[in-house]
Amino acid sequence: MALEAVIGLECHIQVATRTKMFCGCPAEFGAAPNSNVCPVCLGLPGALPVANRAAVDAALRLGLALGCEIREESVFARKNYFYPDMPKNYQITQYDRPMCEGGALPVALAAGSRGFPLIRIHVEEDTGKSFHPERHGDRRISRVDFNRAGVPLLELVTQPAFRDPAECAAFLTALRRLVRWLGISDGEMEKGHLRCDANVSLRPAGQSELGTKTEIKNLNSIRGVERGVTAEIARQNLARLSGERIEQATLLYDADHDRLAVMRSKEHAHDYRYFPEPDLPRLRVEAAWRDEARAALPELPWTRAARLEREYAVPAYDAQVLGERRELCDYFEDCARGADGKLASNWIMTEVLRMTNERGWSIDDWARRVPPDRLREFLARVSARDIPGPLAKQVFTWLADEEGGVAELLDRHRVRVQASRDDLLPLVREVLNQNPGPVAQYRGGKIATLGFLVGQVMKKSAGQAVPQVVQDLLKAELGGQRPPS
Amino acid sequence: MAIHREELIRIAELARLEVPEEDRDAMCRQLSEVLEFAESLRRLDLEGCEPSVFAPADSPLRDDRPDARRLDAARATAGAPESEDGFFLVPPIVENLEP
Amino acid sequence: MSARESWRYSAARLSNEVRRGAVTAMEAVESGWEGPAREWEARVHAVAHHDAAARAAGSRAAVKGPLAGVPVLVKDNLCTTDYPTTCASRILAGWRSPYDATVIERLRRAGAVVTGKGNMDEFAMGSSTEFSCYGPTRNPYDLTRVPGGSSGGPAAAVAYGLCPVALGSDTGGSVRQPAAFCGVFGLKPTYGRLSRYGLVAFGSSLDQVGIFARHAGDVALLFETLGGADPCDATTRRTAAPDVSGWDRGVAGLTFGWPANLWAEGVEREIIEGLEDAAARLERAGARRVTFDFMPGEFAVATYYLVATAEASSNLARFDGVRYGFRHDDSSDLRALYTRTRTGGFGPEVKRRILLGTYVLSAGYYDAYYLTAQRARTRIRREYDQAFEKCDFMLLPAAPTLPFRLGEKTEDPLAMYLSDIFTIGANLAGTPGLTVPVGMTPEGLPRAVQLLGREDGEPELLRAGRAIEVGGEPARLGRETEREFAWPSKR
Ligand SMILES: [Mg+2]
Ligand SMILES: [Zn+2]
Repeated sequence: MALEAVIGLECHIQVATRTKMFCGCPAEFGAAPNSNVCPVCLGLPGALPVANRAAVDAALRLGLALGCEIREESVFARKNYFYPDMPKNYQITQYDRPMCEGGALPVALAAGSRGFPLIRIHVEEDTGKSFHPERHGDRRISRVDFNRAGVPLLELVTQPAFRDPAECAAFLTALRRLVRWLGISDGEMEKGHLRCDANVSLRPAGQSELGTKTEIKNLNSIRGVERGVTAEIARQNLARLSGERIEQATLLYDADHDRLAVMRSKEHAHDYRYFPEPDLPRLRVEAAWRDEARAALPELPWTRAARLEREYAVPAYDAQVLGERRELCDYFEDCARGADGKLASNWIMTEVLRMTNERGWSIDDWARRVPPDRLREFLARVSARDIPGPLAKQVFTWLADEEGGVAELLDRHRVRVQASRDDLLPLVREVLNQNPGPVAQYRGGKIATLGFLVGQVMKKSAGQAVPQVVQDLLKAELGGQRPPS
Repeated sequence: MAIHREELIRIAELARLEVPEEDRDAMCRQLSEVLEFAESLRRLDLEGCEPSVFAPADSPLRDDRPDARRLDAARATAGAPESEDGFFLVPPIVENLEP
Repeated sequence: MSARESWRYSAARLSNEVRRGAVTAMEAVESGWEGPAREWEARVHAVAHHDAAARAAGSRAAVKGPLAGVPVLVKDNLCTTDYPTTCASRILAGWRSPYDATVIERLRRAGAVVTGKGNMDEFAMGSSTEFSCYGPTRNPYDLTRVPGGSSGGPAAAVAYGLCPVALGSDTGGSVRQPAAFCGVFGLKPTYGRLSRYGLVAFGSSLDQVGIFARHAGDVALLFETLGGADPCDATTRRTAAPDVSGWDRGVAGLTFGWPANLWAEGVEREIIEGLEDAAARLERAGARRVTFDFMPGEFAVATYYLVATAEASSNLARFDGVRYGFRHDDSSDLRALYTRTRTGGFGPEVKRRILLGTYVLSAGYYDAYYLTAQRARTRIRREYDQAFEKCDFMLLPAAPTLPFRLGEKTEDPLAMYLSDIFTIGANLAGTPGLTVPVGMTPEGLPRAVQLLGREDGEPELLRAGRAIEVGGEPARLGRETEREFAWPSKR
């Protein structure tokens, strides 16, 4: 009997606000322990929460981007359980009336684009951080830091719509792109900006009801999600084969050892005693706020990728890569407008991304150094075959590191591009004289030999010749015709 | 409805409280009495009564601006039973893993 | 009268004297300690924490403002930086808040001095101030009787003369019932009119900071000083608090409800006499009585003990021995840390209510109890709305009995809960209530009534309270007339 996996994801997105969800403490990282805290996020007696508009707005924008139904009045609820990194021993979250419901995230897969349906998105607060137990005198202790406690999170829950781990990974990649695109989160999984739990169950292929599911926690990278889910599918398959029943369980994925650990079953007999948070009024998102947010949404990545393909005649792959980041798209469009789209995308996808990566620059850093008009001039010169290929990469580096237009840069570096017939003809003749063999081959019909001859001329010119011009000259000399002037 | 001993132990565990053996019967009796009293609500006609909304609805959200309530680590941990280097110390937090 | 006798003054008069320099703030604050407290405090035990140095420091800054130099005892569940804040619980033993509650900030800004922290039932759970880790407070009019609760300390202190005004909190009657037992005014404002920021939560949707005073005018003065929106409390209202400056305008033209069905049985004779007396005074002052039946209080009590305990079970989860307060010595693992700390740190009534609230919210019971109670609450609110279509305020008892004896109800939680039968409804409805003293019984126990108003009905309540205070004599209305307070005599 063929079994198929059914996977659902629960993602937590840390919202990049200035302050926390319910208090005015900085929501930044790297501060000394317990120094970004106040009575509210420390859960001191008497302190009360007040919700951060910016975090709610982030949820609204994400919900609108994904086509969710936005509830005009949603309700904060308390989720009660004891844990030392949770200051109040309850988490303020949303329960039966979340802010966003439904919607779907379009994901580009090898087989084409597919929308993965969502159940809900809601706003909640993060917990603090506890550290691995350590020796302390004659006993063991854990340390707790509440700097992260109260940082706003968006919880996004998908339908159990995934059939394999690769789909999960593609979904997360698309989600990460979207939250960055919308400016909601930095989306760096290794920094915990985006965290993911997965629900996994198996069922006979074609059956509609779900099998017993297990929940994997701690999936802290896209690769981790892929591997953790893969491991769990294998584990459940094996258990089935050996006739075991799958028990509902919570598992922790240990990325260092690529291993799943089962949490004790007693611990997941939870009774969270949810009830509406009495310290907060209902969360009202009036139609006016919603409509304003909708109108202010940027063109979304999947729409934009399709438009890039269409308008700039770039291949789908390029559109995907450029569409990874909004700034990159913006830059590309600014450069490609009125230029050769494919040429622009080639240079941006390879050289711009390589150099920004190597130097740790953002796209905005790059765009400040090489504003679109400078890059456009460069592309025009390349396109007009004014700059020889090997030299182009060099010029590109100068463009990034120095001021001035292309001509100025060539001057400054004392590069004289040998583009004229008069400059190059002596070199061409020299090469023809020194290579009677290949010349004979070419004349005998082996056209490919021309490439070799071009290469020889380029070498002699120390890379300063324009290959197209060389080729034209060679053809003319070999064929006895005058090259076009 | 009456609360029995097993029920009492279950909710005490949830609440992280311990009811000593000798007090359990009395506690069950007292809680049951209040719950029985609460049964009187069944006599109330609740037709068309939605669950109450708590807070007044006119309270706006907070602007995303830092405020002056922040404490430094020394003040944050000043009242703690045990702290060190700005951290709160607690018994070891072990993830409940099976070997 | 000399500065030494200034403890007898109303807050309004005292601050006047301080502002014009006749009495220094220090004298104003210390007169209660040097006079009546010497005589009473050891026997009444109204104060949980005090500190002469903190008072002196507070007094130095207190020369300006509408409450200049006025000493205020505040219940021990209001966070203050200069005294411990413990909610009379072992679990917070010695804890000092790093911040002031918003109402405390506003008191200080108005020139008032926090003269100490008032004793209370642990975490405000109780109606007699017997459930305090510091021992009970006694009623200054009869030391064998309770002062009411849970704000028994502040009520008793105002009655015996430590300070002219005090702050308590009222979740189900915890200001109005002790005010009645101690013969002082006690206001529970409209929910959302006084900030709860820094008030240690019991039942968040019911809690309000309340005001004790010996005179109606002082209640108005404090309400003006403390009321209004607080950006730190999302449950405060943004609109301006009602204007109570007309508290001495009298009640001509107002109507008061007389829901006599409520005291047809189970209410002591002296209480009913107090009601008749108050009604007569109101009528003498020009108010009109409307008689109608009102929903019996049992429904409110039942609803309250489901809602309040549910919220409390969650609010009190934060007391776990990690970040502040008491931690049990034997806390080798996390489970033990929590369970031993909480079992050792909380008293019996608190544990009882946490258990009840946990049960009410737990899987399988939520709908039957919590949700039903929240629906009943909507129904109760409607009853109040309808009543206030027929009258401007209602007159009814603050408690069914005169102050009861110590120990009388500590072993019978339900009987204790039923002593709040007339006060609880207003917390569920979010509407204001004012306890007004009306003379003494022949045995010398205070008699009082309760006025319940519509949302933001504080102005009418205070006008009526003032009319009752001056015996219903319109001619005696006015700010300047001070009734001499019925001070307790030595017993
Ligand atoms: Mg969550
Ligand atoms: Zn904070």
